[in-house]
Amino acid sequence: MTETEFLLWVRGPALQIATIVFVLGIVVRILQMVMLGRKANLAEARGSALAGGLRTMVTRSVPDRGTFQRSTFTIVSGYIFHIGLFVTIFLYAPHILLIDEVFGVSWPALPTPVVDATAVVTIIALLAVLIHRIKDPVMRFLSGFSDYLVWLVTFLPLFTGYIAFHRIGLSPPMLIALHILSVELLMVVFPFTKLMHTFSLFIARYYNGAIAGYKGVQS
Amino acid sequence: MQTELETAMLNVELGDALTYNVKPLLHEIRHALAKLLNDEGPTVIDLRSLPLAPGEEEKLLNTLGHGEVHASLNALGPTEVVETGYPGVWVVRHYNTDREVIGKFIEVCDIPDLLRSQQDDIREGLEQLQSELA
Amino acid sequence: MSKDETLGEALRRQGVTRRGFLKFCAATASMMALPPSMVPVIAAALESARRPSVIWLSFQECTGCTESLTRSHSPTVEGLIFDSISLDYHHTLQAASGSAAEAARETAMEENHGKYILVVDGSIPTDNPGYSTIAGISNRDMLEDAAKGAAAIVSVGTCAAFGGIPAAKPNPTGAVSVSDLVHDKPIINVPGCPPIPVVITGVLAHYLTFGTIPELDDLKRPKAYYGKSIHDRCYRRPFYDKGLFAETFDDEGARKGWCLYKLGCKGPTTYNACATVKWNEGTSFPIESGHPCLGCSEPGFWDGGSFYRAISTPTEDLSKAAVYAVGAGAVAGVALGAMNRAKKQKSVDAHEKVTIDDLDKEK
Repeated sequence: MTETEFLLWVRGPALQIATIVFVLGIVVRILQMVMLGRKANLAEARGSALAGGLRTMVTRSVPDRGTFQRSTFTIVSGYIFHIGLFVTIFLYAPHILLIDEVFGVSWPALPTPVVDATAVVTIIALLAVLIHRIKDPVMRFLSGFSDYLVWLVTFLPLFTGYIAFHRIGLSPPMLIALHILSVELLMVVFPFTKLMHTFSLFIARYYNGAIAGYKGVQS
Repeated sequence: MQTELETAMLNVELGDALTYNVKPLLHEIRHALAKLLNDEGPTVIDLRSLPLAPGEEEKLLNTLGHGEVHASLNALGPTEVVETGYPGVWVVRHYNTDREVIGKFIEVCDIPDLLRSQQDDIREGLEQLQSELA
Repeated sequence: MSKDETLGEALRRQGVTRRGFLKFCAATASMMALPPSMVPVIAAALESARRPSVIWLSFQECTGCTESLTRSHSPTVEGLIFDSISLDYHHTLQAASGSAAEAARETAMEENHGKYILVVDGSIPTDNPGYSTIAGISNRDMLEDAAKGAAAIVSVGTCAAFGGIPAAKPNPTGAVSVSDLVHDKPIINVPGCPPIPVVITGVLAHYLTFGTIPELDDLKRPKAYYGKSIHDRCYRRPFYDKGLFAETFDDEGARKGWCLYKLGCKGPTTYNACATVKWNEGTSFPIESGHPCLGCSEPGFWDGGSFYRAISTPTEDLSKAAVYAVGAGAVAGVALGAMNRAKKQKSVDAHEKVTIDDLDKEK
């Protein structure tokens, strides 16, 4: 298979397969979560569950003082690489083109040098997070195969995207093909790992907030 | 001493962004002139090997300007040789008989080789003159 | 013209002075993408070069490559190169035809066995030899026959180099490239649709001057011309790097000369000399004229996704796949969710109450 054929396969059938697995997996997992439901609270409502739930979905984005003091490194590096991923994925012109092609919506991009610098910062943050996970005894004890796999499939698209843009190592068609392939790997692995936190975190926050809101207490 | 404005004017404007080939090329010519003065030999720059943006070549050549010498020769088509406003910096343009460009060079030397009479041609000319006078 | 005289002698005989010869060498160096410091080397080599015999075979092609090459009629450098080779067979350009022409070809091949250069344009059909024939001889047979005595083969144009447009989906004639059929001779691919004329003659000039094949990349293309991508030499690159793109063909960005990535430019994945050498003696090239690069010197470019969709977009329809996946996911999700609830209910029902007796059992 020539490089051009590989690039075409990656942009075509492989992407279709990855999309199917990705969408199907996410829908199944979310439905499973939601359908399990919660135990009915037989007490009388003291406040609004809905308001509490919605509020908590937003307010939990700011960590409370105690948590922040205990896990400063995790929170700061976590925020850095999450924001970095958001910038490099959603505010970079060729990616916005892809989204426009698939979903029909687009928005202005950031200048490419800004995205480039953000990518560097994000790569450093991700590497720092991995090193912390390996060196910190508690993290090392808690980490399993799935955690390292998730780190890898998150790191690879960022890394391959960076070297594809800067054309380092292999020929450009190959670099771009590997970049797209790494994203497809992420998509296929996504629904079966902790990456589902992308969606479940909002469900969890809602539940917590709703329970507290129903009881009429702060969450 | 060059001001910011002068620098900006040297860079060709393409829309809102500026492209930056003119200044580095002028620096290359500057280095070549220093080499020439230092007896380190001539330098030739092939203008067609550089990815110049539209208008940059014109800007470069306009900056170099015209000096005291303009020579045209006719060998396999016309060739124009111009000494720019900077002595030692020559612009050589080769054309074929259809006036199509087949070469564009900036030569930093005391005189482009092509303007010199070549030994082989001189020899042939001498033989011809000898047979004429015979 | 005598075949035994050197190129230097041939030019002198045509009345070309030494000065003219030096001009010729300077232009040739420029054409071969060699630095001007190489001119004395080229002059020395060309002086003593012998004129190789060249046989040009045209197969399934549109003649665009020959057209690209023969745009000049009077002595340009290309013209001189062609006069200095002995073009013994070119069935579009030659005056002879029919059996006389074929006889001339066979004679040339015999007389120069092992030394002639074989230039091929067009792809070769393999499904049915009758799809493309010359004087009743199938392309495949003619190629294999001519390749036997060739010193080197130059595949001119994307059709000969990679299959080109005849080989695009669904490839009705089973078209293949020269490299697919010939494996025991040095092959130089000069792809492009068409290739830049100066690139074609540059390769021939290289062989003429140095008697060797220029350095080739892994697709057998001369690195002097195909070593860098269009993207890496494009004058609009600063706009790409700054994220300034033309959105449509006539918007403000397009008129300001911004990057054409969004309009489908394949410059990042295409290797050719268009951005430096340009076309029509350095006049312009597609991107400079406002059209995104098609990627015409790469294998399979006809099937490489639309010419007007950016490289970062998918080539197949994703929305249908996604919709089906949502549907299937909903069904599977509801089913699995129902099964989970049933399991939960069962375990609640099966829950046994702990009594004092159970606790007593521990005694």
